[in-house]
Amino acid sequence: MLLQQLVNGLTLGAVYTLIALSFSLVMGILGVLNLAIAELFMLGGYFGFAAIMAGLPLPVALLAGMGGAGLVAIVIEKIGYQPFRDAPLVTPMLSTLGFSIILQNVATNVWGSDPLQLSDEVLAGRFTFGPISISAMQLAVMGATAVLVALLAFVVQRTPTGRALRAVAENRDVARLLGVSAGRVTLLAFVLSGALAGAAGVLIGLHYAAITPYIGMEIGLKAIAVMVVGGTTRIWGALIAGPLIGVAEVMTIAYGGSQIRDFVVYGFMIAILLLRPQGILGGSRYDQGQRV
Amino acid sequence: MMSTYYAGLLADVGILLLGALSVYVTLATGQLSLGNAGFMGIGAYLTSYLTVTAGIPLTPALATAAVASGVIGVFVGFPALRLKGIYLAMATLGFGEMVRSFLLNLDAMGGSGGFHGMHHISNDYIWSWAVAILLLVMILERSQVWLEMRAVCHDETAAELVGLDTTTIKVGAFGFAAAIAAIAGGLFAHHHVYIEPGNFNFERSIDFVLAVILGGSTVGPGALVGALLLVMLPEYLRFLAEWRFAAFGTLLIAMLLVRRQGILDRSLFRVFAFRRPA
Amino acid sequence: MSGCARHEPLLALSGVTRTFGGVRALSDVALEVLSGQVVGIIGPNGAGKTTTFNIITGAYSAGKGTVLLQGNNITAWASHQIVRAGISRTFQNIRLFADMTVWEHLLLAQPHDGFPLRRLLPARWANPAALRRAREVIEFFELGDVTDRIARSLPYGMQRRVELARAVTARPKLLLLDEPVAGMNHHEADDIRQMILRLRGDGMSILLIDHDMPFVMGLCDQLYVLDFGVMIAKGRPDQIRTNPAVLDAYLGRVA
Repeated sequence: MLLQQLVNGLTLGAVYTLIALSFSLVMGILGVLNLAIAELFMLGGYFGFAAIMAGLPLPVALLAGMGGAGLVAIVIEKIGYQPFRDAPLVTPMLSTLGFSIILQNVATNVWGSDPLQLSDEVLAGRFTFGPISISAMQLAVMGATAVLVALLAFVVQRTPTGRALRAVAENRDVARLLGVSAGRVTLLAFVLSGALAGAAGVLIGLHYAAITPYIGMEIGLKAIAVMVVGGTTRIWGALIAGPLIGVAEVMTIAYGGSQIRDFVVYGFMIAILLLRPQGILGGSRYDQGQRV
Repeated sequence: MMSTYYAGLLADVGILLLGALSVYVTLATGQLSLGNAGFMGIGAYLTSYLTVTAGIPLTPALATAAVASGVIGVFVGFPALRLKGIYLAMATLGFGEMVRSFLLNLDAMGGSGGFHGMHHISNDYIWSWAVAILLLVMILERSQVWLEMRAVCHDETAAELVGLDTTTIKVGAFGFAAAIAAIAGGLFAHHHVYIEPGNFNFERSIDFVLAVILGGSTVGPGALVGALLLVMLPEYLRFLAEWRFAAFGTLLIAMLLVRRQGILDRSLFRVFAFRRPA
Repeated sequence: MSGCARHEPLLALSGVTRTFGGVRALSDVALEVLSGQVVGIIGPNGAGKTTTFNIITGAYSAGKGTVLLQGNNITAWASHQIVRAGISRTFQNIRLFADMTVWEHLLLAQPHDGFPLRRLLPARWANPAALRRAREVIEFFELGDVTDRIARSLPYGMQRRVELARAVTARPKLLLLDEPVAGMNHHEADDIRQMILRLRGDGMSILLIDHDMPFVMGLCDQLYVLDFGVMIAKGRPDQIRTNPAVLDAYLGRVA
């Protein structure tokens, strides 16, 4: 039973990891909390659903979700971030809040506020390994996450674009002096984060075989806690914090009741903010940079 | 005699005004709180418990809930000192969600099923509190303490070096704001006569923030402008009906782009209040 | 109060040492300000002058050493407590509060004695003493024409005057001036110099930092010279002017 919960927790954790990476990309590089990511996650899910209901295969649905969310992310970057890039960080956060309000309203009107359900399972089948059984969909979620994370790692660590991203994350002014186009980099950060969030939306939607316009608020927002626990300025912290929080949440539901799960997740977040603000993977406490 | 529908709207304005004022008070010290619905929820449940289960009359119950919430606000305010800007916003978001989750689990008060049994109150009662607190804030805005709050907001280090006890100011603001939000909660509970934890979620906290940012984040009456805007505008723009949230989201972005301080600011207020050019 | 008490220094630093991540900003610094004196700290850039101010006002904690104000050990005190005990400062980069008028700055800086609840009531009728004091300060610094202007919108020289006015409002025992005439032309600097002389004439004790040698030499009773965090000389201006260690520190820097 415990191991089974572990598997369920890791599945949820995979989704959290993707969304937390998404938050973390923008926060780590630009210092901004892009609250619209929670709704990009939701929108991605809807785009993926639309693809599946049109009969398209899973990988295409995934790309649809990522692409759609990425496109919307571009709009947010242009209108919600660029005009405020020199303002105190709270201001662009508030403007992304405006976008999240708009996006949720759009989704509610276009698709309705009732859950949209899949008529049949996308990926049927379960695999049993001793005491544990994993559904094919759970495997797909974890597998897709692993692939996306590996791709992101490749881009960030090995490509010139990734180097530019990291340069801007270190120090925007120096990066500019070295010829890195900060405008292009921030656009890239937004698009990447949108794509990741969109992917997470598709995966969770297919996993639950249902989607509502409220999953952004229900699941997406909690990914902020995952980002904080992993370390807001170390994006790879999400790889540890995602599974950690996912498992913690599932365990809380199993042994404490579903009503108290948010209390536990956000409790973790606040504890980290107060006791170890650099997160699990963060460096020394003073290594925070001026984004605090 | 006003229709019940409009009466309901006016009550909503009054309650939203109080919630917006709670955000305004902490924002004045430079602390943006995205979790004041949590304090509202505490106030709503505590007041309801006192009137329904303990049989205490409403006004003392409200006052007690306000004080209790204020104390909790002070306890929240201390750790909040260590956080700034976005990190503080995230922590307050977390706090609000933790309160909601706690209330979901509070079976003694109905848990997710909600709580009822409160008696219904008149709009006059709601607005007595709303106006009283708005006036209180407006008087405070002319005081030394408010100048100190503004100084802490703009440059905390310089404020300390002018002799200001920034800790007491920031924590005190949190406590005061928590008390105001609690009163909003208690009034909400006795207006709708049924409450559930979902009434005090992140979206509610955002409503408060929206009202302040849109209505005016530098003067108390801005909260009133914002509350009126959020409740009344959809009535006058019926065609917006299902798109009103998108409209407010757009308005928020537009306001941040074009007039960051919101609709009402100090100079505009002086023009209207004293008919004297700023 | 015996005659001895008059010679107890108003401010006394001893053995003050401060390290920042491996770099010794201050080493065993000692200085004194007697009541009614104008004392100057000079030295090349990066010598640790502003750090000394920051330690006196509690913005940094002293690694080692003590800061005594009228014999009281204020080394570990919080900044606002130190200010209320009577030390006030101005900044190298003027730090006025955005969107506050000159008048509001002076109201803000009022002392915190008396009935605490009074600060919750409108200043206009709850605290006439504060209004009187603010008006006094405005007159002294000739800020009458700009009282209701936003302080940060004023010309640079005037902003410095406002900062000085703010620092003086609470009747501090000791005024710390960090580069009070930086960036000013000769005329403006002279205005400030006159105001400082008048303050000193009214009994104010002053500790100042500046690079402008004639300004410092003409104003200070006592000078301390810092170089790389070490006090290399102290004495009267005429003594310092010819001190070989000082000349070495300054001239050696030019290369």
